[in-house]
Amino acid sequence: MDLTDSALFTVLVAMLGGAIRVSTPFLFVAVGECLTEKSGRINLGLEGNLVLGAMVAYATSFHTGEPWLGVLAAGVSGIFLGLIHGTLCSLPRVNDIAVGIAMMAFGTGLAFYFGRPYIQPPAPLLPSIPLGNWTGIPSLQRALEINPLFFVGIAVALLMSWFFRSTRWGLIVRTTGDSAPAAKAMGVNVDLVRILATASGGFLAGVGGSFLSLYYPGSWNEGLSSGQGLMAVALVIFARWDPIRCIWAAFLFGAAGAIGPAFQAIGITQGFYFFNAAPYILTLFILASSARSRSSAREAPGELSIVK
Amino acid sequence: MNASPAPLAPTRAPSLHATGMRKVFGELVALDDVELHVRAGTVHALLGENGAGKSTLVKCIMGFYRQDAGTVRLDGEEVHVRSPKDAQAAGIGMVYQHFTLVPSLTAAENLVVARADAPAIIDWGKERAKLQAFMARMPFRVPLDVPVADLSAGEKQKLEILKLLALDQRFLILDEPTSVLTPDEADEVLGLLGRMAHEGQITVLMITHKFREVSAYADDVTVLRRGALAGSGPALSLGVERLSRLMIGETTLRARAERRPVDGDTVLELAGLFAHHPDGSEAFHGINLKVREGEIVGIAGVSGNGQSALVEALAGQRPLSDGRIFIRGEPFEPKRDAYHRFKVFGLPEEPLKNAAVPRMSVAENIAFRSFDRPPISGAGGWMSLRPLRQRAQELIERYRVKTPSPDTPIEHLSGGNVQRAILARELSGDVDVLVVANPCFGLDFASVAEIRAQIMDARNRGAAVLLVSEDLDEILELADRVAVMSEGRIDYVAPIGETDRTTIGKHMAAHGP
Repeated sequence: MDLTDSALFTVLVAMLGGAIRVSTPFLFVAVGECLTEKSGRINLGLEGNLVLGAMVAYATSFHTGEPWLGVLAAGVSGIFLGLIHGTLCSLPRVNDIAVGIAMMAFGTGLAFYFGRPYIQPPAPLLPSIPLGNWTGIPSLQRALEINPLFFVGIAVALLMSWFFRSTRWGLIVRTTGDSAPAAKAMGVNVDLVRILATASGGFLAGVGGSFLSLYYPGSWNEGLSSGQGLMAVALVIFARWDPIRCIWAAFLFGAAGAIGPAFQAIGITQGFYFFNAAPYILTLFILASSARSRSSAREAPGELSIVK
Repeated sequence: MNASPAPLAPTRAPSLHATGMRKVFGELVALDDVELHVRAGTVHALLGENGAGKSTLVKCIMGFYRQDAGTVRLDGEEVHVRSPKDAQAAGIGMVYQHFTLVPSLTAAENLVVARADAPAIIDWGKERAKLQAFMARMPFRVPLDVPVADLSAGEKQKLEILKLLALDQRFLILDEPTSVLTPDEADEVLGLLGRMAHEGQITVLMITHKFREVSAYADDVTVLRRGALAGSGPALSLGVERLSRLMIGETTLRARAERRPVDGDTVLELAGLFAHHPDGSEAFHGINLKVREGEIVGIAGVSGNGQSALVEALAGQRPLSDGRIFIRGEPFEPKRDAYHRFKVFGLPEEPLKNAAVPRMSVAENIAFRSFDRPPISGAGGWMSLRPLRQRAQELIERYRVKTPSPDTPIEHLSGGNVQRAILARELSGDVDVLVVANPCFGLDFASVAEIRAQIMDARNRGAAVLLVSEDLDEILELADRVAVMSEGRIDYVAPIGETDRTTIGKHMAAHGP
């Protein structure tokens, strides 16, 4: 009895810790994608931003010895990819989905090409804040060692929610995403707004990538991301384009991603690969169910190419 | 260009004079030396058929286009408007037919974001107090905290006008303002704007093609025909007869077809039809309707009350969630062989989108109902093209479709000719049931008269006709019985002789239980 209790406890703690760690890149990519989609564009290429960001962050940290500089550099690389995506999609008759897929291949290709020398050498990683010392339980202490980027991500989501509600620029982004003719009638440069929104979204996705290489798993290799950038797009649909709901959705995806390692921690190895597939199954399930949801259809920005 | 920027917006109703306005698009002279004189504090109607140049003129005034020649004077001073933003600065605002409100934003958010001087960070407490104070001064009100998508068409129209007034625009241009309103809403909105104009607060320029609105609300009227000024003057001195002469010129219209009395059996019966929108909300609810042989039943209603969903359901474009369709007592499924067997034909709205393949030729489009049957379809599934072209040639002549050749892609034809080609396809055979939706939307008078006469002919030959139209005048002219659709329901059906515009209008505005 006592044993099952502690096994359950171990799994729950491992899932909590895993959820916090795994959710952080999801959160950054999702909030970035949320901003881009609110402006009426879909950027499917954020997987490329994530991988390139991870590589750039690792390389920068390796050369400068300053991991936080790596985070910033990752963001800048994200802006670079976002600007390309935004500008290409502003050309007449260019489809944002197709460009997104091309940008995904471009971003990962670029990262693999320039990242080859950084696979072996160790770079300084990001520190974490020990928040669990008061518990006195080692496993809980490990779970509550939290990277500051997690809190930054939550702050960015809260800030963005406020931005959409209570700033002129926020209303302009929402206007552009919901009705381009209305935005044009107001004298808004629709393409410019979308380029900026895509670039800012790219920045956040790049920062999300830096978390992968500089904190968890905390190294640079070509198999670092396993589609988090793509899943984040599904996550935004699930969160119905609300940054605050993005936080909960990222946490849910993070917890799903932590199921496999958590079971492994108590010695259950059977079905390991199946449990590792949980986030992908969740993605499929969410996409299928939210496509039929009425509220999702109502809250989708009217200019999105998948909604039109 | 070193012209002076647009002057600051006037605070009282301004006058507007446009002279010598000319605009050429490629070969087409859209505006030729047109004049428009709008006196301060009046409601001025700009009348003309589609393609007469009304919207080109207004778009030049609004700064969407730059006129090739001509000047615009506001209160006697020349203004150079290069963009809608300049127009806003000069105090000229426009309410478009297609709303420019943002659907997912609330009314309050829409009003704030439209302001050029909206603060970077919005203090909602303060803004809301200001908006409420503004609303209190206005003749009509709109709920502030509801997303615009949930407002009715009438409320949206009012909000568009409020938006311009909140921006202190004193010269208002309304593009076909009543096309989405019930007659009562139209009376309310235009009546209140007229009162504000006569108090000297605003000047209104109203684009329309409805004589009734001109005689009821306009002080002055300017009539355009084919890009040129056809006439202008006080609305009272120009009667309907004279206005229509100015509008359509000397074209002779096809005379109205004679109406034979209805005495046939029920052909089409809709029994308890229900359907939903893709987002799960109800499109229409419990539709029961019978159409007899040789009868036109007109479904009146403001756009967006479920009529187009009903037409889609009858055309097999939208699944029914409940109910049955019967034709001569037999259940009817909207499928291709059933259309053929029951002789059901249709003319949906926007035929280029809903009833034609734009890039296929006129001849091919005309053959859509017959290409898989003899004589076009022969043994072994081979098609013979000669009967296809022959038939097309015949119908093109009979229905006076203006096309360079039967092989021209149908998308190159004008709206009226697309409509005629589709009518030729649908009406040339033996028709038992005809479903028609907004058949004359956006067409010139000659086409309108022609198409209405064709529909009447089909009725007289014994077809059961269901006519869905947002144009009440069209229904009053054609229908034997009127049904009114409001919020997806039909609660009122009456023979045409026992009802009138006011009664129909009341039911158009009625809200479901």
